[in-house]
Amino acid sequence: MRELLKMRRAGGALLVGALVAGLVLTGCSSTASPAPAASQAPITLHALFMKQAAYSDADVKAMTDAFTAANPNITVVPEYVAYEALHDKIVTAQIGGSGFYDVVLMDTPWPAEFVKAGLVTDITDKIPADFKTGVFDSAWTAASYQGKYYGVPWINDTKFFFFNKKMLTDAGITAAPKTWDDVVTAAKAIKAKGLVQYPLVGSWKQAEAVICDWTQLAAVFGGSDFFDAQGNANFDEGGGLGALKFMKQLLDDGLMNPASLGFGEDDVNNTMAAGQAAMALNWTYGYSVMNDPAKSKVAGQIDVVASPGEGSVATSGVNGGMSLAITATSKNPDAALKYALWLASQKSQEMDTANAFPMWKASFESADVTKANPAFFAAAKVQFAGLVARPVVPYYTKLSNALQVAIQTALQGKATPEQALADVAAKLPDLQK
Amino acid sequence: MTSRALRVRAPRRRSRPWPETWVAVAFIAPAALVILLVVVVPLARAAWMSVFDISLVRPGDEPFVGLRNYLEQLTSGDFWGATGRALWFTVVSTALELSLGLGLALLMDQPLRFRWVLRTLVILPWALPTIVNALMWRWIDNAEYGALNALLTQLGLMDQYKVWLSDSDIAMWMVILADVWKMTPFVAILLLAALQSVDRELIEVAKVDGASSFRAFRHILAPLIAPVILIVLVLRTMEAFKVFDIIWIMTGGGPANATQTIAIYAYQTAYQGYDFGRGAALGYLIALIIMVLAAIYLRLLGRTGKT
Amino acid sequence: MAASSRAAYRPGPSVRLRRLLRAAFLYGGMLIALVVILAPFAWLLISSVAAPVDLLGRPLQWIPAHVGFGRFLDLTVGSSPDDTALGFRAALVNSSVIASTVTAIAMVVGTLAAYAFARLRFPGRSWLILAFMATYMLPPIALILPLFQIMNALGLRDTPLALIIIYSSFVTPYVIWIMRGYIETISPELDDAARVDGCSRLGALVRVIVPVAMPGLVSTALLSFLLAWDEFLYALIITQSNASKTLPIAINDFIGRHGVDFGLLATGGVIAALPPVIIAFVFQRYIVAGLTAGSVKG
Repeated sequence: MRELLKMRRAGGALLVGALVAGLVLTGCSSTASPAPAASQAPITLHALFMKQAAYSDADVKAMTDAFTAANPNITVVPEYVAYEALHDKIVTAQIGGSGFYDVVLMDTPWPAEFVKAGLVTDITDKIPADFKTGVFDSAWTAASYQGKYYGVPWINDTKFFFFNKKMLTDAGITAAPKTWDDVVTAAKAIKAKGLVQYPLVGSWKQAEAVICDWTQLAAVFGGSDFFDAQGNANFDEGGGLGALKFMKQLLDDGLMNPASLGFGEDDVNNTMAAGQAAMALNWTYGYSVMNDPAKSKVAGQIDVVASPGEGSVATSGVNGGMSLAITATSKNPDAALKYALWLASQKSQEMDTANAFPMWKASFESADVTKANPAFFAAAKVQFAGLVARPVVPYYTKLSNALQVAIQTALQGKATPEQALADVAAKLPDLQK
Repeated sequence: MTSRALRVRAPRRRSRPWPETWVAVAFIAPAALVILLVVVVPLARAAWMSVFDISLVRPGDEPFVGLRNYLEQLTSGDFWGATGRALWFTVVSTALELSLGLGLALLMDQPLRFRWVLRTLVILPWALPTIVNALMWRWIDNAEYGALNALLTQLGLMDQYKVWLSDSDIAMWMVILADVWKMTPFVAILLLAALQSVDRELIEVAKVDGASSFRAFRHILAPLIAPVILIVLVLRTMEAFKVFDIIWIMTGGGPANATQTIAIYAYQTAYQGYDFGRGAALGYLIALIIMVLAAIYLRLLGRTGKT
Repeated sequence: MAASSRAAYRPGPSVRLRRLLRAAFLYGGMLIALVVILAPFAWLLISSVAAPVDLLGRPLQWIPAHVGFGRFLDLTVGSSPDDTALGFRAALVNSSVIASTVTAIAMVVGTLAAYAFARLRFPGRSWLILAFMATYMLPPIALILPLFQIMNALGLRDTPLALIIIYSSFVTPYVIWIMRGYIETISPELDDAARVDGCSRLGALVRVIVPVAMPGLVSTALLSFLLAWDEFLYALIITQSNASKTLPIAINDFIGRHGVDFGLLATGGVIAALPPVIIAFVFQRYIVAGLTAGSVKG
């Protein structure tokens, strides 16, 4: 065994050695330009990430360290902000043409807006072919607009259904819920047994988080196409309305924790980890938090399955993907792209699969990778196949803000779901300006 | 006035003294530079921006729209809603601060033992940076782990935790509470100084004549400290109407815009809607409202004899 | 203090009872006031040293079972993967530099102008003072957009200098307002005596007024410092990175990044509160005098 390890290590060392040699050689051989050390001139890249869900700052640090080790002339200065601050930070930093960042994390609904505002560059031609074929299609939504690519896909995420196995069993539920009806039944049973006051918890605060949950529910309650073919609002009928009514019902029945109206994704994790909720939707990273013996009172009791379906729809998942966009103001776009591609590479993504799934199809076929959590990987494969997107329109931020207010109003009972959503639909021409 | 009578024309070492106006200009010029440069140029630019339709989502496409931005706001429910909320916040918090502050000042004026403890510690809330105050109250009002919830349930006044900051009806009150906690000491300190500058003999005479404390207060103290009360009113109203920081940290303007005051609304329009044209117009409208309030107060102050 | 000529008079039982009730009422009121004033901040202090398990427990324990000062160390001398502590320290430095510089500028420039307004007569005097006061009352929201663009164009985005310039513009009127009140309480005879001896106006100011008004100057300087320290909205727009981030912005980021780490948030809050609170307590007399000079006398 030790010999095997030694061989692998030797092999690894050889590989790294070859890599470094190769880099040095290519660096030296770029003497075509009169400034031979141009590619070796020290470059500093500023990158903006979020500290919330998906890759943790420790993950990013590990990936970045590997990058800087392989590219010693490049220094990367990462910055982390809460997701809720990410959008505004990008806009205020990049407008006015003086931009600060080279690489920014771009969420699924933003490409339209950023492209229209001229904040990001078109890199369609610069992305290697293996990226285009090897990565899940759903991951590209966060990087593209009107057929062109403006970012390197990096995070492919959706909301899974986490539940406390022990609480469900104690309430007499033996099978994992498959539909939202099952969820309601389970919740009622758990509440009746007095196991926990509010069996369900959700990240329903007035932020993008609630739009994600709402979209995911809409997909099974009538469809998440928020606009019809003519561009008229659809969300105030069909799936959008059905989802909102369902959400309100959960609150009214005392099954959903009312504090959810102020909760973000981290709060949901904390509540589950404290054993104060039995079931919740959350991004991939929830699993490691809820099952971390150091932080969680219920470590080992949390299981995860694909998000429940309803009626004829088996499951749904909101596309929570994010890409690494190269800013239009970057002074080193090539280095920035190199960094982005590195972070998105299969190797980097497989370093830690606990917080985020790799977006490479090959990873899901590799037993080495999936053995970390085969059931979770299996669920992910199913959900990633059919993710639903939030509307990709240039005025998305305004739309989302209006919807967030409407959803909060309806959930607090200050207006009926019909009224709240209809108000937003009526405001649409204003939002589109 | 008396200085002229006293001045003696003694031989001067310097040349002829400058005319008073020139001296004034010299003395005021630096301040004028510092103040007006930073204010006049941006104000002018904001005026310019406010008559165009500038949206960052459409760079380069900025048509002239005249007064449209202003008219749009003045006829928009959102604008008046935000203005109304700012006024509500202003009126309620100022009223609470004045009444509680007066009570506190009167208390600190009493000859009590250990009064020095109160007088020394009273400045603490005011000294806390606004952001820290907001953070602290946000933590206290936390729906799941907050001290307020814990206190009220442990005292038996409530049997279930409340979502203070996520309830549209309660959120504004919690913000007002945080502001009142911070600013009441400020008001109390000012009023105490005013109380202390009142001649004690007047009160003693009144008491000897049989007046109760309350009547002594109402007929003697109150009129004497009225000018200070008015000034405090002006100060607090100006500050409260443009409130941004504390609300931004505690609720961000939510839930469902329940705490969205006019300053928050303007910020959101400009930086989340990328509407620089509308944002500039909003800024002007807010400034206008404040100027109107200021003008009203200045006239009131003028009438009481203070400038 | 009270007239003691009543020493020989012995009050009857009902009067004694009323006095007792009154005392109880007043002392009770004082106790309540003290509790209300101290409790919230005390809770913040407790939260900053309490272990997470104590903070998130239900029912809440007011005295935590486990106490640790680790978080304070983390934020002041430690380092974390996302450089939170670094940002915090940088913000502390920035705030100190900016507040001090602004105070210096505003005091010099403002006192000069205050002297002119207090002592000199010239056309347009009342209009000018009104204009200055008006700028103090202007809501930042009206100016941030164009200021943001101007700073961007000048390349001053994300620099302490930008904030120094902006802050000086509203701290100076504040200084003028308070110092004018102070100077007006100083007898003009002092000036004239100096000028009779051959001083120019400036000389009179520097040699006579300044020493006499020193307590007022100290007060105003302290208040100016606190004013600049507290500012949020301009900093929110102008600052970008640790190069210029001020403490209020660091706290704002803090809340975003560590929203659910309540203990750490409390620690950040306590550290950010210490400089102004310490200043307020140590220099309390000056500060109170400054506040009242601007309002009671002015």
